[in-house]
Formats: sequence, C-alpha cells, structure tokens
Amino acid sequence: MNGLAPGTLLWRRQLTNALALAASCLAAVIGLALLAWILWTLVSKGLAGLDWTLFTRDTPPPMAEGGLRNALYGSAVMCGLAILVGAPLGVAAGTWLAEYGGQRRIAIVVRFVNDILLSAPSIVLGLFVYTLLVMHGGGRFSAYAGALALAFIVLPVVLRTTDERLRLVPAQMREAALSLGVPQWKVVVQVLYRSASAGIVTGILLALARISGETAPLLFTAFGNLYWNSDLARPMASVPVVMYQFAGSPYANWQALAWAGALVLAAFVLLTSLVARALLPRRGLIHD
Amino acid sequence: MTTSPREHIVRSQDEEHQRLVGEILRMGSLATAQLEAALAVAERPDGAAAARIVAADAAIDALEREVSHDAMTLSLRGPLARDLREVLSALRIVSDLERIGDHAAGIAKRAAALDRAPPAPAADGFARLGALALRQLRDVLAAYRARDALAAQAVRDRDAGLDAEYTRLFRALLAGMTGDPDSVAAGTWLLFMAKDLERIGDHATNIAENVWFMVRGDDPLPPREKADRTSQAG
Amino acid sequence: MTDMTLLDRTPAMPLDPVPAPAMPPLATAVPDRPAQADAPVKLAVRGLDFHYRGFHALKGVDMEIPEKRVTALIGPSGCGKSTLLRVFNRIYALYPGQVATGSVLLDGEDILGPRYPLNRLRGKVGMVFQKPVPFPMTIYENVAYAIRHHERLDKAGLDARVEEALRQAALWDEVGDKLGQSALGLSGGQQQRLCIARAVALRPEVLLLDEPTSALDPISTGRIEQLIDDLRSRYTIVIVTHNMQQAARVSDFTAFMYLGELVEHGPTAQLFSNPSKPQTEAYITGRFG
Repeated sequence: MNGLAPGTLLWRRQLTNALALAASCLAAVIGLALLAWILWTLVSKGLAGLDWTLFTRDTPPPMAEGGLRNALYGSAVMCGLAILVGAPLGVAAGTWLAEYGGQRRIAIVVRFVNDILLSAPSIVLGLFVYTLLVMHGGGRFSAYAGALALAFIVLPVVLRTTDERLRLVPAQMREAALSLGVPQWKVVVQVLYRSASAGIVTGILLALARISGETAPLLFTAFGNLYWNSDLARPMASVPVVMYQFAGSPYANWQALAWAGALVLAAFVLLTSLVARALLPRRGLIHD
Repeated sequence: MTTSPREHIVRSQDEEHQRLVGEILRMGSLATAQLEAALAVAERPDGAAAARIVAADAAIDALEREVSHDAMTLSLRGPLARDLREVLSALRIVSDLERIGDHAAGIAKRAAALDRAPPAPAADGFARLGALALRQLRDVLAAYRARDALAAQAVRDRDAGLDAEYTRLFRALLAGMTGDPDSVAAGTWLLFMAKDLERIGDHATNIAENVWFMVRGDDPLPPREKADRTSQAG
Repeated sequence: MTDMTLLDRTPAMPLDPVPAPAMPPLATAVPDRPAQADAPVKLAVRGLDFHYRGFHALKGVDMEIPEKRVTALIGPSGCGKSTLLRVFNRIYALYPGQVATGSVLLDGEDILGPRYPLNRLRGKVGMVFQKPVPFPMTIYENVAYAIRHHERLDKAGLDARVEEALRQAALWDEVGDKLGQSALGLSGGQQQRLCIARAVALRPEVLLLDEPTSALDPISTGRIEQLIDDLRSRYTIVIVTHNMQQAARVSDFTAFMYLGELVEHGPTAQLFSNPSKPQTEAYITGRFG
C-alpha cells in the first residue's frame, strides 16, 4: 500500500476504502448477475415461442397451437384507454397544484393523498373498481373496468410528474410572462407547458410502461378472455393476465406462450423507457 | 457635511488612505521647514545654508511623485463621495505644496545672491510678510490634518491681509529704488523674494479651498476680497 | 552715429501680409450637460407599505420617479429595493400573503387600486429580470408573444414590430437573419437583450430593470448600459442595482434605501459626490459594517 507503515491512520483509511470498494463492487456484480440471468432466461425461453403466429392467432385451448393476438390487443386497448383517461386528469391536477395550489394547506393535503395513491397496492385499486363497476354494474367484467383500474394507477404518477416538472420551471419565467400582461392560464399553456413538456411526456411514458405489466387490477375487472373480443363492455384478455394463467398451468404450449408474452412485454417496457429517457435532456431548458 | 468615523470594510483601503494623508502631512512639514530656513537666510545671508535648502527641495519633489502614485492606487478602487474628494484634493494639494517648496528654495537662492541684509524698512516689511506666509502655511496644514473646513475658510479669508502687506512692501521697495538708483539691483532681488512669499500665500489659499472641497464638496465658499493692489502701484 | 544697433543696420524689409495659418476655431462647442431638472413626475409613491409573511418590507415610502429619466435604486441586501420595483407592475400579486398598502400613481392614476386593470398596467410597465429567461420558443416568437396577445396585427405589421423591438435592443444586427432559431441558443448577454426586446415590444411607458447585468460578463454589461443610454429618451427607466459604480454611471437620479425606508433620493452626481445623509455615504464608500 504505497509503502506505508501498516497501522498508521492513513493506511487504515486506505484499507477501509479498499474494502468498501470491493464490497460495493461485489454487490453490484451480484445484482447485475441476477438481472442478466433473468434476462437470459427470458430471452432464451421466450425466443423459442416467438414467431409470426404470436401476433396473428388468439390464445388456444390447452395442447393446441395459437398466439397472443387477443391478449396483445386487449393490453393495447386498455392501456391506451387508461392513458387517455388518466393522463389529462393527471396533467390538469398537477398543473393546478403547481400553479394555483402552491403552498396552501389544501395543496399539501392533495399531494399527500396522491403519494398514498401512488404507492397503493394495485390490487387494492382493482378491488375498488370491481366493487364500483363490476358488482354494482350487475356482475359484468369489462374492458372499461380494466381500463379504469389502470387509469387509477396512471393518474397519481402523471400528477406527481407534472407537479414537479412545473415547479422546476424558474419563477422568473412565470413572472416574465405575466409581466407582459398575458393572463395566467395562457402563460401556463403557452409558456410553462412548453418548458416542462419533456418532463411531462416522460412521466406519461413511464406510467404507460408500468401499467402495461400490471396484472392484479385486471384480475377483478377485465377478468380475461380466451377468445377474441373487441367489445369493451365485455371481459377482455391482456398479456399479464394470460401470462398468469398460462405460466402456472401444466401444458407445455401454454407455458411457451407465457414466456413469449413475457419477452414481448419486457421488450415493450424497455423500448418505452428508452424513448422516455431519450426525450428528457434534449428538449429541456438549458441553464447557462 | 458628513462625518464618517467608521472604517472601510476592506481595511487595506484605510491603510492606503492613511499613507496618503501621512505623505501629504510630511510634505507639508518639509515645506514649512524650508520656508522657515529661507526666511532665516533672508535675515542673515548664509551661502551654505541656502545651498542646503535648495538641495532639500528634491525631497519635496520626490514626495509629490509618491503621492501621485498612491493616489492612482486608491483611484483603482473606484472611490465615491468623500473618498473620491480626498483623492482629487490630495492631487491638487501636493501640486501646491510642491510649488511652495520651489518658492521657498527661490527665496533662499536670491537671499544668498543678495549677499547682504536688505535695508532696514524693507527688512521689517519683509519679515512681516514672511511671518504671515508662514502662519498661513501652518494653519492650512493644521486645517487639513483636522479636516476643519471653517479653519480652511479662515486661511482663505486672511489672504487679503497678506496681499495688503505685499502691496505695502512693493510700494516701499519701489520708492526706495527710485530714491537710490544704486539699490536697484538689491531692490529687484527683494521684489522677486516678496513675490515668492505672496505666491506662497496664494498656494496656501488654494490648499485651503481644496480642504474645503474635501470636507464640504461642491458647497460654494462665501465670496472673499482680493487685496493685491500692486497693479495700481507706482 | 557709430553705435548702430543691429536693428538700424538691417534694411527695412517690406512686410507682406503673411496669411495666417488656418486655425481650427476654438473649442466653443462643448457638449451640454444632459438636462436634469424639471422633468414631470411619471410615478409618484405615497405612503407605501409592504408586508409579506408578516415581515414589514417597505415602511412608508414616499418617492417621485421623473419621466424619461433613469432612476437607480441602491441599498444593501434586504433593504426593499427589489420589493419596491415589483410594486410598480404588481407582480407581487402572484404570491398570496404579499400585501401593499398606500398608493402608487402612474400618470395620476393609482395602480394599486382594485379597479386598475392588471393587464393594462403591464402593457404600460415592462420588466426585465436578473436572470435572462427567454421563453422556449424561437427568437421571433419570444418578441411577438405579448404583441399577439394585446394587439391584432397582420403578418407584415407583426414583423415590423418585432424588428423595431430587436433594433431598440441592439440585437437586430446579430439575430435578424435567424429569427426562426430557438432563443435558448443565444449567449447570456444576447438572451438578456432579447428579454429587453420582449419588454419594449409592447411600447411600454416605464421599464423596470431588476439587476439586469448581475448575471453577465463585463462586455455584455457594457452593452446593456449603452442600451439603457439609448433607451432613456423614450422610456422612464427604474433600475435596481447592487453595483454602485453602475448606478453612478447609468442613472440620472439615485435613491438609497435601507431596511425598507427611503433614506436619500437625489441627482446622481450630487448623491455620489457629496451625499447628505451619513448612512448613504457610509454605504457608497464601503464603510457599511
């Protein structure tokens, strides 16, 4: 150790430093190794079942060939609907918090409740929608219910992101626009949204990535459907639910389909996250 | 009209200012000493003493250069208000002090050239004029040290008395020269020496006006009379 | 006569009139000192008090800002100079809990009165902030943004107004050919001049500058000071600065504030050469401790 006498203070500190470095590297390696193992398993098992029929044929009965067309369609529709409902609400609420709520007590309460909702177990949200729509609606599972449950997950995420991004815009930009005599709502829409746009879009994309993999809320709401269904008022399949059903079954073809679905899902989440990340620095405010 | 007893936040500014003031006061005391010595030589001609006085003038000139340099250094700090007035007036005051030193050396040189004491009535008048000039110089330096604007105003106002004394001496010398053509050479030297003293008085008055400016800023001085009537003599 | 002087021996020479060399006329044309006195009052502050979060920030301020002159507000941190500036366009109304009492008369009308419309006030009083904050739009859009909101102009009219504003801000020569570029690509000094162009685009009557050069390098600062000089004939300018040399250079009148009170207010030349209050002198000579 640089020829230092062992036992001196500097030597001890360097020893501690080296040990800590080694321990953190080891932890990182272990974590990465596990991740790599998961990914490897996912890719190797999923690739086996990945072919064109995955996208052209519906979920099959056990021991028959098929695809995931209805599940993919269902996921796309319900996620899309959830974003359509949850994102504008989240942006509007986040805007209210940032621009008009400020530090008032009600704003603090709203933020707190939002944080609870953000970390609420998604199955609780599913159960809530089940009680609200399915039970009181006559016991009918539907894609609407599924989308609503997903929307409840999207809303707090987008609200939080919008609130934070808008609050990051410097006060002086707000004041500069207002001191030009432009009314506040116009300032928000024309100036502040433009400043914060990258962050808000990122928030929405991250919400999308999250809900695409949510299983529990869909179990009681959309329920699932082994056949093709495009009627939103009736139960609809989705990729995570299909995976849940197929992976635990004893049928080989179902398991293969589950792995393929897992691979597609993982690829979609990865793609969405990459796009979100790519958007963020380029269009953000440049501070010199 | 403000007093600012507190020190600058940046202490080196105070130190530089103290050095500037110290140099000016030192220059003032040197000039005073030169004038005293020159008046002594005028009373009792002494060639060696006169030569010493002339040589000593170099010290005053060197101090003026020092002060100019230090004023520049202080100016780099971007002084304002009182600080700015101090720097500006310092530059003008040392210019006057340097001229006073030159005039004192001039008196000594001419007194030595005279080689004998001036005739009696002229001698008294000369001594009186010399004492007045010396007093003006001492008083104005005291006013500068004390930052006393009223004392400076008094010095400026007394210049009239000095000018009147000079006018009397001028007339007496002219009368003496017209009466006794052999004394024209000596009389001329004496006229120059008297003029030197009157100029010293004027420079002291300039210094007084600068002290007023330093303390009071652009507030105008009350008007004063000028009593140099020599242009109406003869 | 044998004793002839040289003068007598020299024959008299004819004295031709020698044309005098053409001398330039004596410098009688000394540029006049800019006229100071007798400017009408543009903004009159009467008994202004300001509170925020329980803190009494401005205490009974009485002040008159003359028209088409530059008035500087100076004072140590927390003295209330920025607070006072922000009263002039009521930008404090954005924040709950900030209250101004008293009156501020703009051309005789009280702008603190509840019936004075805010966007009319802000059309008359423009503001430039310490940190350059261009909007995330093109240069053209930045300048045109407020004009579009206040007035209905066709494309040619809008183009002309944008050019006028950029010329006034001494920025046209640098960006006239790239108006479609993002404003965020400009340098700090250019961004600040863009903010000034944005403010003058509405043809306001009063310009409020809140430490406009404190985030800029000396060259950019110099350009902005030159700009203030150019603008002073059209706008009443109030500038907050913590740089006393800048206040001395740029302004016609200066107001010194301390702890929320107006301590001294007068012509700049007078205040910086011989201030009448000891606090003022202590502050501007760096004796404040």
